[in-house]
Amino acid sequence: MTATRARLGALLPYLLVAPTLLGAAYLLLYPVLRNLLMSVQHFRMAQLIRGNPEFVGLRNYTELLGDPEFWTVVRRTLGWTALNTALITVLGTLVALLLVRLGRWLRLAVLSALVLTWATPVIAATTVFQWLFQSRYGVVNWLLDQLGLHGFREYAWFAHGGPTFAVLVALVVWQSVPFAALTLYGGLTTVPAELYESARLDGAGRWQTFRLVTFPLLRPLFALVTSLEVIWTFKCFAQIWVVSQGGPSGATTTLPVYAFQVAQSLHKYDVGSAASTLTVLILLGALLVNLRRMFRQEREEQS
Amino acid sequence: MRTLRRLPLNLAALAVLAVAVFPVYWMVLTAFKPAVEIQAETPTFLPLHPTLEHFRTAVGSAGFAGFWRNSLLVTVGAVLLALLVALPAVFAVGRLRWRGRRAFVLLVFTAQMAPWEALLIPMYVIARDTGLLDSLTMLTLVYFMTTLPFTIVTLRGFLATVPAELEEAAQVDGCTRPAAFRRVTLPLLAPGLLATSLFGFITAWNEFAFANTLIIKNQDARTLPVWLSSFGNVFGTDWGATMAAASLFMLPVLLVFLVLQNNVTTGMTAGAVKG
Repeated sequence: MTATRARLGALLPYLLVAPTLLGAAYLLLYPVLRNLLMSVQHFRMAQLIRGNPEFVGLRNYTELLGDPEFWTVVRRTLGWTALNTALITVLGTLVALLLVRLGRWLRLAVLSALVLTWATPVIAATTVFQWLFQSRYGVVNWLLDQLGLHGFREYAWFAHGGPTFAVLVALVVWQSVPFAALTLYGGLTTVPAELYESARLDGAGRWQTFRLVTFPLLRPLFALVTSLEVIWTFKCFAQIWVVSQGGPSGATTTLPVYAFQVAQSLHKYDVGSAASTLTVLILLGALLVNLRRMFRQEREEQS
Repeated sequence: MRTLRRLPLNLAALAVLAVAVFPVYWMVLTAFKPAVEIQAETPTFLPLHPTLEHFRTAVGSAGFAGFWRNSLLVTVGAVLLALLVALPAVFAVGRLRWRGRRAFVLLVFTAQMAPWEALLIPMYVIARDTGLLDSLTMLTLVYFMTTLPFTIVTLRGFLATVPAELEEAAQVDGCTRPAAFRRVTLPLLAPGLLATSLFGFITAWNEFAFANTLIIKNQDARTLPVWLSSFGNVFGTDWGATMAAASLFMLPVLLVFLVLQNNVTTGMTAGAVKG
């Protein structure tokens, strides 16, 4: 009786985590493996319907890597990620530095506004930006026209690649700055005031104080924000898909959009899977930095 | 003198305030404006003649109630399932000692970093193979899995704040270990459960990519984000109705944020710092 009970007790933890493991196996591990498998198969419309895909080795990968369009997309994705991350981090830092210097009421107001922006659902924000930048009645064009930039009168933002790209950057930056600013602001409030005081007594200017006191202290937080922004903007899909579907004429196609298009529109599920795999491989650097940080934190908490 | 020196700072704050709030303000304002004011050469910035006309159009559009029902079903289903699966796991991780515990935690961390957008294609194929394409079941399962790692990590953080001694005291009084957890710790975890499920709710409520991929033919099974993204087909160039629909879609999320209020910044950043 007690023996069975003890054995049951020893098994209990495994029974308790079993549902999690089952879920992860079917809904995460299996799709990952399936993606890898499809990327080394000939998997088109016919195979989707009838099955029996043929193993083709790395043919899909060589097809992709030999395609100049793929490299254009990779370069564009890196540029998109770099531009967004830089803007988000810099603006987020500036807003955070602003927040600690504000009076109580204004700070509360800005904080609330940031939370409001943060709370705006991606698709709601995306529709609103389409309306803001609408050519005829959009308020942005009206404002630019009022400011003397008459070239923007009834300007069609979504008819050209560059402007569409710019609107998408504005949208993603607008949505992402609150997280960066609030996180960094949280970090800034933990910096002891004495440090600023002594830096001031030593004659450090504002930029020097930031570079020599604030930044080194908050380096882990900056690393966190930057790596998360890299991951989020790199794999950003919904905004681009809703605004432009990667257009006009492919000008805003980033890797996730490209992989999806190749699979869903061209029914090349095999090449799409290969593109997805390459997307993850390119992202792996940023992902590993984050994982290592989490693992390290975990070790510290355990000890 | 002091106020003068603070002037640039306060002006910058007002600029940030304006940029942060304006798009949301413009959305709500447009939703309440009569059509003539929306299509005016010179826009107006105040609700001079508020109307509910666009909300009526949005609510009266085909399938509106169904999309709300779908979104609610999928979201609530995923969140409840995630809680149900996460709670035992969190108990095992936080309260029991066993071989493989550390490996399990690391696995959850890794799952939390999973680049879901890269799994759209295999998910589509798997759904098709299992006959779950165009059904809300598959979407619920996907949202369950996308929120599960986060739910475990966050709940584990909340559990760490509840002393294990409380359970031990209950055990002395004759409770079994799981019963002690259920009766003593679970009620204390309630705020954590609420916060975690509300964050899960937001994630699932807003999700677009999978909803757009897994529901294709059966248009009635679409969720709100996909419906809203296709406003061009639904409302044409009726921006008033589009903004009314977007406002209604945002409303539950805003309510959730209000419920969470103070927890919101600390909770979300804590969750992010944790992974």
